[in-house]
Amino acid sequence: MSTQLPSRQEAEDLLYKEAALLDEWRLDEWLELLTEDATYEIPPTDVPEGDSRNTLFIIADDALRIRSRVKQLLGKAAWAENPHSRTRRMISNVRVVAAEGENILVTANFAVFRMRYESVDTYIGHYDYKLVRAANDLRIRERRAVLDNEALRPHGKISFIL
Amino acid sequence: MAKSAESFIIDDQEAGLFRVNRRVFTDPECLAEERRRVFDKCWFYVGHQSEVPHEGDYRSRNVTGRPMILVRGDDSVVRVLLNTCTHRGSLVCRQKSGNARTFQCPYHAWTFNSRGQLVGVPGEDSYSDAFKRDDMALAAPPQVDHYRGFIFACFDPAADSLHDYLAGAREYLDLVADQSELGMKIVAGQQSYSARANWKLLVENSYDGYHGLPTHQRYFSFLSDIGVDMKGRDVAAPSYQKAVDLGNGHAVLEYQSAWGRPIAHWVAPFGEHRKSHFEEVRRQFDERFGPERARRICETSRNLGIFPNLVINDIMAITVRTFYPVSPDYMEVNAWALAPADESAEDSALRLDNFLTFLGPGGFATPDDVDMLESCQRGFANHEVGWSDISRGMKREHPSITDELQMRAFWRRWNQLMTEPQLKRARKAA
Repeated sequence: MSTQLPSRQEAEDLLYKEAALLDEWRLDEWLELLTEDATYEIPPTDVPEGDSRNTLFIIADDALRIRSRVKQLLGKAAWAENPHSRTRRMISNVRVVAAEGENILVTANFAVFRMRYESVDTYIGHYDYKLVRAANDLRIRERRAVLDNEALRPHGKISFIL
Repeated sequence: MAKSAESFIIDDQEAGLFRVNRRVFTDPECLAEERRRVFDKCWFYVGHQSEVPHEGDYRSRNVTGRPMILVRGDDSVVRVLLNTCTHRGSLVCRQKSGNARTFQCPYHAWTFNSRGQLVGVPGEDSYSDAFKRDDMALAAPPQVDHYRGFIFACFDPAADSLHDYLAGAREYLDLVADQSELGMKIVAGQQSYSARANWKLLVENSYDGYHGLPTHQRYFSFLSDIGVDMKGRDVAAPSYQKAVDLGNGHAVLEYQSAWGRPIAHWVAPFGEHRKSHFEEVRRQFDERFGPERARRICETSRNLGIFPNLVINDIMAITVRTFYPVSPDYMEVNAWALAPADESAEDSALRLDNFLTFLGPGGFATPDDVDMLESCQRGFANHEVGWSDISRGMKREHPSITDELQMRAFWRRWNQLMTEPQLKRARKAA
């Protein structure tokens, strides 16, 4: 039986919920949106189509590292996020692209603003998601944030969950 | 050294005090002087030979603020060319990388070959006999050389050769370059980031063993969480460690480290299935270099600073990092991963995975370093507090990696370059 595609609204609901949880630093709840084997990647700005097995990425977290990242960010020793920055995510152009086995491919554009110490840094790009249906919910199995920024300048870092 | 408010450093070896005037991090005039006395005088890393493997391969690079082209010509010679048309100035290469037989200026269509020679001028008959193509080749830095694949350029034609300039740093570049008999390569993917801080703060930070535990506590907790054995490998009290002044402002920390090293130091998170492979690689290093050198290559980590702004940190992976000031309180940083050219796909994936645990603008450490440097820069607004202290371990016979000998080596050389020409001019005037 082929995987039934969700409606765009169902995909949007998930992405908007995710954005709200991340902006509100409810990272433990955000983890509940991910599958057990979820990955989170940000390719380098000069090789946006790259493969993290042979290309130096900015972030290439497996499930273990995503959970460690969240634990660190919610602790006190992640100095780049202590105090936490303010973020505000604009998610748009959501498209349910195709089914690939049990995976549902969804893309969306993002503009994420990070405010800290009175600087505003803007991260612009698109997400490539692989979602799966678990019981009645959609879960995130792969989450790849591809930056349009040509360099992290003047951002200097991606210290929060982009 | 006079302890006047105007001096850049206080280097009181008798008392064991070393101070750096915070003006060097904030003063635009100081940056203007640095551009003349440091960035126009020293050797600078341009790229690695592996980045232009084939004839015609090129990379656009910004070196000392100058746009340049690293290119392997059709004669297989690797050159560094200044990316500006000799006619009216436009960039002749607008791509970040690629392969080309020629670079054609888009403005008036002058064409240069991959050796930089001018080979095409539209309407050339309009020029007088005094106009010679040979005079109009793309310019190059007066000195370009390489050491074991690392390509450097220098804008001072009278400067020491690269070999002499690198001094004691050559031994440590060898420990990196010897990791493969087929040479090392830069892995695809450039980490292009920045910091709202003075560039010299990143020099200090890149081989600062003292900040390891407080700034990077989250990283060591992560290592512990994933099952790395931290006993006896505490970065604050490693079983083997040294800080070495390598001459000419270069310095290194070398130490036994807790983390695994993809070259041949296995740790539990790498997986039992890889253990025998790591032991086999280690045996090969023992055979090639003998047990002592093999141990250094495989087990010890190195934070190497090549004056003034090249960092090669051979730690849980190898990063090559260089950075330039845009203004006193803002720098641009570029970083790459270096790996054995003949590394298997599986080993390469493990290396990159290990790299990202700590390093880079999304790692579990580098963002906090950037944050600390930015924090220092903001703190400097309190200009009543005029000096930073770099005295740690100054009276110790064998400074440890948590001391600050390596930074003093940098600052002494930097101060020498920044002050010597003034003295010369003063003598001339007298």
